Amino acid sequence: MTSLGPYASFIVTSYALVAATVLILIGWIALDYRHQKERLRELEASGVTRRSGRQATEI
Amino acid sequence: MTLIDLANPSKFLALTARALPWLAGATAILLLVGCYQAVMAPDDYQQGATVKIMFIHVPNAWLSMFVWGVMSVAALGTLVWRHPLADVAAKAAAPIGAAFTFLALVTGSLWGRPMWGTYWEWDARLTSVLILFLMYLGLMALWRAVEDPSRAARAAAVLTLVGAINLPIIKFSVDWWNTLHQPSSVLRMGGPSLDKAFLIPLLVMAVGFSLLFMTLHLAAMRNEILRRRVRSLQMMQASQQAA
Repeated sequence: MTSLGPYASFIVTSYALVAATVLILIGWIALDYRHQKERLRELEASGVTRRSGRQATEI
Repeated sequence: MTLIDLANPSKFLALTARALPWLAGATAILLLVGCYQAVMAPDDYQQGATVKIMFIHVPNAWLSMFVWGVMSVAALGTLVWRHPLADVAAKAAAPIGAAFTFLALVTGSLWGRPMWGTYWEWDARLTSVLILFLMYLGLMALWRAVEDPSRAARAAAVLTLVGAINLPIIKFSVDWWNTLHQPSSVLRMGGPSLDKAFLIPLLVMAVGFSLLFMTLHLAAMRNEILRRRVRSLQMMQASQQAA
């Protein structure tokens, strides 16, 4: 491993930005999943069923 | 399992539930190995340690175009074959593609400053990638602007196919015009010009980021299917209440 030299700030900022953006994407998708499942549970609780007769949250 | 089998959202969701943990695990392992190799890679004789930016810039740049390619195939699936999951795939891919394009632009800019002396230059490669980023944003705006998913899907599919013209322009911009951006050093006639010390970590990172895209895309498609299920149940509920 070598030192990052005079441009270390550019290298570290690049990697940090990529890590942050990927984590935001993962978090956004995970939160969206929880949100949709929550909405389906609420609809299921209100008595709405799918045309197939299966529960709203069932795969 | 065929593409026709996957037209059934329930089957697709079942497949996704099985595949996602394996894909996520493989992604994490490959990206960790790639990052380790990137850290251990030697300095370039001209660029010094800034060559390490290549290991994240290039995979993001490749994926920025690859994701639009995936969306273009999905657009054909919507317009020609009318596959029920085609527009789900296209809609789910757009924000992920936009993120990869954003990262390609920003990491390229941060690499360009020490190497070229400027963060930005209106050359053909940089400008065409910026246009790609703006097209991603436009597509996402279009999806949000039209409430009916099937109408939005057709409009988005047409826009996606028109936008695909930009892909060869991006790829060959460094050959067609005199650009500040260097020509391709991996996907070129005569094979890669990179030394193995750089090529292997780059390929590991590229596969890792590709698996990341597959993982995020499948998860986002699952969310979109659930969102549509919520929408149809809400409409059934509203019609029951009205009756």
